[in-house]
Amino acid sequence: MSAAEEATPRPARAPARPAAERQAPPMDLAALIEDADTRILVCCGSGGVGKTTTSAALALAAAEAGRRVVVLTIDPARRLAQSLGLEELDNEPRKVEIPGIAGELHAMMLDMKRTFDDIVVSHSTPERAEQILANPFYQTLSSSFAGTQEYMAMEKLGQLRAADTWDLIIVDTPPSRSALDFLDAPNRMSRFLDGTMIRLLTAPARAGGRAGFKFASAGLMFFSRIISKVLGGQLLRDISAFVSALDTMFGGFRERATATYELLRRPGTWFVVVATPEPDALREASYFVDRLSSEGMPLAGLVLNRTHPPASTRLSATRAETAAEAAAETGNGDPAVALAAGALRVHAERMTLAAREQRLADRFTSAHPEVAMRAVPAAAGDVHDLDGLRTMAEALTGPDGDTPTGVPRTRVLPARRA
Amino acid sequence: MSPDFPVRCHVVTGKGGTGKTTVAAALALALASEGRTVLLVECEGRQGIAQLFDTPPLPYEERRVAVTRGGGEVRALAIDVEEALLEYLEMFYNLRRAGRALRKMGAVDFATTIAPGLRDVLITGKVKEAVTRRKDGRRVYDAVVVDAPPTGRITKFLNVTGEMSELTRSGPIKTQSDGVMAVLRSPQTAVHLVTLLEDMPVQETADAIAELTAARLPVGSVIVNMASEPVLPEAALARAVEGAVTGADLAPGLAAAGLPDDPALAEALAAEAVEHAQRWAAQDALRARVETLGRPLAELPLLPGPMDLGCLFELAGRLEDHLGAEVAA
Repeated sequence: MSAAEEATPRPARAPARPAAERQAPPMDLAALIEDADTRILVCCGSGGVGKTTTSAALALAAAEAGRRVVVLTIDPARRLAQSLGLEELDNEPRKVEIPGIAGELHAMMLDMKRTFDDIVVSHSTPERAEQILANPFYQTLSSSFAGTQEYMAMEKLGQLRAADTWDLIIVDTPPSRSALDFLDAPNRMSRFLDGTMIRLLTAPARAGGRAGFKFASAGLMFFSRIISKVLGGQLLRDISAFVSALDTMFGGFRERATATYELLRRPGTWFVVVATPEPDALREASYFVDRLSSEGMPLAGLVLNRTHPPASTRLSATRAETAAEAAAETGNGDPAVALAAGALRVHAERMTLAAREQRLADRFTSAHPEVAMRAVPAAAGDVHDLDGLRTMAEALTGPDGDTPTGVPRTRVLPARRA
Repeated sequence: MSPDFPVRCHVVTGKGGTGKTTVAAALALALASEGRTVLLVECEGRQGIAQLFDTPPLPYEERRVAVTRGGGEVRALAIDVEEALLEYLEMFYNLRRAGRALRKMGAVDFATTIAPGLRDVLITGKVKEAVTRRKDGRRVYDAVVVDAPPTGRITKFLNVTGEMSELTRSGPIKTQSDGVMAVLRSPQTAVHLVTLLEDMPVQETADAIAELTAARLPVGSVIVNMASEPVLPEAALARAVEGAVTGADLAPGLAAAGLPDDPALAEALAAEAVEHAQRWAAQDALRARVETLGRPLAELPLLPGPMDLGCLFELAGRLEDHLGAEVAA
């Protein structure tokens, strides 16, 4: 059993203890990224929770541990992209120069249109490819179709894995509202491109001869009339041209999507779900965890990102608040006392916030007691350089019990003693 | 039509996680004061409005979700794109029953999939209809507030003619989108941007303003959400930002507060004070950047605890002051 498996016991079994006492198992990301059997790590979560920085920080940590890593980012913040040398958008991984590093870090940013174009070019004759690329419907499809980004992220992941140049591929997922989109979009898209609807719609004659399709095709003829009424005939002509040019590629789309989806189920692939301690983000994380378990996809655990653990847990919020009041009363405008009162209020706020975060984390754990957790404190500013990533990597991969306050990294606040 | 606020169609956008749904809801409450009637529109099917107002999931129907002082009210509508398309087919082609059959076949979903812009035209079309709706010669809504897609998609979402023109050069959808565009580009529309005092949201706000302006869409206010006030005394703030506040500085004050002598605790409190000051300084630097965007600014405080109707009314009060100041200016 590898260290990674130890960190996330499967199958999921809820300990027979009351919910209030349930503790999330610790997540050992250091062991996971150093394990030579770990080949793909997918960072998922709803938008705005810090998936990109988490992916980049884990990639940096793995490279520093001696692995040859590539991180596929989707939409990094400008300054973070610059620090990873990602100004140039050539849709290929580039090496990030880091002096004295044991392994290698490569980074790339997904260009979805270019990835789509590449598939078209590699699967058809030059003149056919040209026809497709110039088609207005294709242009919309490849640039603004809902789900194209997810589909292309999956496609790129498949390409990177097939190249077999890297020990470890870390994937950031597109900033969709729902984390599930990453898993659903590619299938939806290939079903659509592959679908009977699009074929019948654009070539009703083809189905006309077959008895079983008679009713459906009458309905579709009618539907296609409405479509051309509402959207104008040009769109249908564009789709028709697109479909006939793409004809030979159709099976290919579905096959590729299925193959990549299967890749996510293979041993060596792990999912890391990222959430902030907010109800919405944790709800999304919860859906995603359920989905992974029903798909038989391995979950490494939940990164609870941007928590606010206090520097000391010895003084409760209430006591700090009371002390601040006492100081304000006795201080008589003494600046030293005013400062202490301010610091006590800062601490009281911090304890209250941390308690709220811990409560949300506990709620998640009572619903998913088997899911390992790692709390990552919020940085004082944005993470936009290698130093910032290193600090975050340390918070992600450091030993569970090694914190200044002694609170394990599984938690924001210490567990109440029973 | 209320003469007080010239803008009647308020589109609220922001980067994911900035709280645009909350701000949209608070804005609707603010606009509904003094007996006005406001429609709050949700267009991404998340049922976030129902959660905020603690009501069951909203159907595709205008429902009252809150009453305000002076007999005002906020109604909410969660737009269902399929329903909107059926409504459209019925209105223009008298095809309601056929539409239902098509929906069963999955054809409606298919149609909105092949033309992603169609989705946006249907949603913005519904918004336009609500903005211009009249009953007995009077406007039904004094204002319409839209909880719109995030900043990354907002220009595409609103620029319906641009989006659809690639796909449809003529036909009723073209006519429809021209009509929508006329309302969205008029002075009765304002696109408000919600941001946090964090790098990425501020950057996206700046980018979105540039894109909206280039598409000739009217930009309204920038609303800074979840802003926090410094808790440390003004005099000590600069020193704390420098990291020059230590446990020894706090010790006398802590003793005066009746706490036992505990150097480790004093150090921890000093570290928290420094982090607090640095966070606040970083926010303040971004506040200065937001000011350079040249848009009217409103600031909403970070409220402790979970969001509920009481919190919404508190935020609405702040926005009312902002709207008042805007009209006076």
